[in-house]
Amino acid sequence: MKLNRRKFLATTAAVAAAVAVPSISLAGDTIKLGSVLDTSGGFDAYGKPMNMALQLAVEKINADGGLLGKQVEVIGYDTQSDMALYTQYAQQLVRQDKVDVVHGGILSASREAIRQTMRKSKTLYFYNVLYEGGVCDRNIFINGVTPAQQVEALVPYAMGKSGKKVYILAADYNYGQITAEWIKKYVAENGGETVGLDFFPLDVSDFGSTIAKIQSVGPDLVIAPLVGAAHLSFFRQWAASGMKDKIALASTTMGVGNEHKVLNAAETDGIMVAYNYSQDIDSPANNAFKANWEAAFGDSNSIHEIAVSNYQGVLTWAEGVRAAGSLDRDAVIAALETGISIDGPGGKVTVDPKTHHAVLDVHLMEMENQGMRVVKTLSQRQPIDTQAVCDLAANPNDNTQYEIKF
Amino acid sequence: MDFGFVILVEILYAVASLALISAGLAVVFGMMKVINLAHGEFMMLGGYAAITSANMGVNIFIAMLIIAPIVVGLIGLIVERLVIRHLYGRLVDTMLATWGLSLFFIGCATMIFGNTTTGISTPIPGFAVGDYQINGYNFFIIIVSVVLILAMLAVLKTTRLGLIARGTMQNPDMASALGYSPDRIYMATFFVGSALSGFAGAILAPLVGLVPTSGGAFIAKAFITVIAGGPALISGLLSSSALFGFVGQVFSFVASPVIGDVAMLIAAVILLRLLPQGVTGRFFKGKL
Repeated sequence: MKLNRRKFLATTAAVAAAVAVPSISLAGDTIKLGSVLDTSGGFDAYGKPMNMALQLAVEKINADGGLLGKQVEVIGYDTQSDMALYTQYAQQLVRQDKVDVVHGGILSASREAIRQTMRKSKTLYFYNVLYEGGVCDRNIFINGVTPAQQVEALVPYAMGKSGKKVYILAADYNYGQITAEWIKKYVAENGGETVGLDFFPLDVSDFGSTIAKIQSVGPDLVIAPLVGAAHLSFFRQWAASGMKDKIALASTTMGVGNEHKVLNAAETDGIMVAYNYSQDIDSPANNAFKANWEAAFGDSNSIHEIAVSNYQGVLTWAEGVRAAGSLDRDAVIAALETGISIDGPGGKVTVDPKTHHAVLDVHLMEMENQGMRVVKTLSQRQPIDTQAVCDLAANPNDNTQYEIKF
Repeated sequence: MDFGFVILVEILYAVASLALISAGLAVVFGMMKVINLAHGEFMMLGGYAAITSANMGVNIFIAMLIIAPIVVGLIGLIVERLVIRHLYGRLVDTMLATWGLSLFFIGCATMIFGNTTTGISTPIPGFAVGDYQINGYNFFIIIVSVVLILAMLAVLKTTRLGLIARGTMQNPDMASALGYSPDRIYMATFFVGSALSGFAGAILAPLVGLVPTSGGAFIAKAFITVIAGGPALISGLLSSSALFGFVGQVFSFVASPVIGDVAMLIAAVILLRLLPQGVTGRFFKGKL
């Protein structure tokens, strides 16, 4: 949703008027779905397709007759890749717009910025992004892939194709550090050895010395949970040094924001990844999804992992409302906790009652010609990392993001 | 042995890329005393000029070596005529004005190219040295920097144009009395300075990719190199990039790229404490 200042003022004025005038006739006509996403600024490559997917999901729900006999209306705000705006718009969504559910947040920092606001105001919150795992809060549902789900599948496959000596290059913040720990754990469990581990702040873009260092160690496989625009140059420089055909490369982040379409085929071919979604999945749900996307937005090239997560998140919520027969937060949570599933473009997605995370299909893929070719599908993987620390059935009042220790 | 060679190449590459990044600023700040905070954005524009023309089908080397410097030079010319020429001799004001310019350029690039990463592949393949693979593009950057420095030296030292430019920077009134228009000479020098920045940005673009805010990554390194170099243009540039490139890269190898950057900054602080006028304030005095 585009929002300029004039529109913003008009909307706020209208909302203020609606609140000020004691009229209840307006309330209850539609179900209000709040959305906060970065559709401009540095993270718009993630946010724009997520927002498009949200529109599609809502259109689909409305075309199927809405929920509880009502149409769903989206109240969306563009947080402009600015963490401060998340708190502001979250307050606005819960206090003024009084939405029934909020979907959104992209970076972990943005999720943590609004999670408590949602919890205090008893507004159901969905965070639909691949992330580092460990959030334990009864008010939130998360349906992105967590590191263990990915790494558990990726490491044995990649090691099987290359060898036992693994070198890890990770982004230097909580996502990269936690993911690196999981990689080390699974490398050891599969009989391998982590021969090197380097962390890079998000603005490092020159990997020349690192590439030489990797060669002096001589691993069989490099796994790279690198994040963001600057880190993209690693893949470019790796290919430019001619390393691509010498040492196998796997990543847990490459392609989440369609990075492989910014690079060229020669630079990305053969990189091994594991996600919930690939545009190349040939299933009725995905084909229908892609056709809808094309009809709405022209071409389906911009669909990516977390756009599909957002789509699946909205559908999961809708399923919960249908099952509950009510919009009441506790009723919807109870319905979702029965272990509801939907059939999304990335396969079947089931709510895990204990953690409010998702049980989902993980596809092992290899990059090929700027696409992601599905090599193998591991169906219905549990979010085992979060399950190890979080049990909302036993502790419904838990409100922590656990750091998973080994 | 092979590993030693690889390290040597990487160090030379680090020195060369520092010299490349700083060359434009050395002219604009070192010679003209304009604190150009938009230096990084000139580089960013050079990168976009190269990538856009390469995507339109121009040979990538022509795009990098010819089109990008000309485009950015012309942008610099416009900037000089509209903004900078009113501010010569007002150091702090140039800082404010060029900071505004940098924000303006980032905004323009975001509007035109979008706030996403673009890039092109490096046009030179990697090759093997013994058991090691080296990025062939690193050699290209080393060669380009050497040629660039030699060319700057030749122009400043042996041509009449270089002599006039240096004279004007030293004493514009005297140059004016001798019949040269300082206004014109400042304009031409700023054009050259911006063109050099655009050139550097274009050369580095295939290696690191580009977003509208890429310029920020270069600006600090460029200023540190130029300031630590001191008053002599070429020898200052060479000595400080050699020192910082060496320190940074050695520590990158021993520890990590982050420690490399930290080591480089510490080296700069120590250097400026010992030699407040920069390297050439003490050594190579009076040289170019």
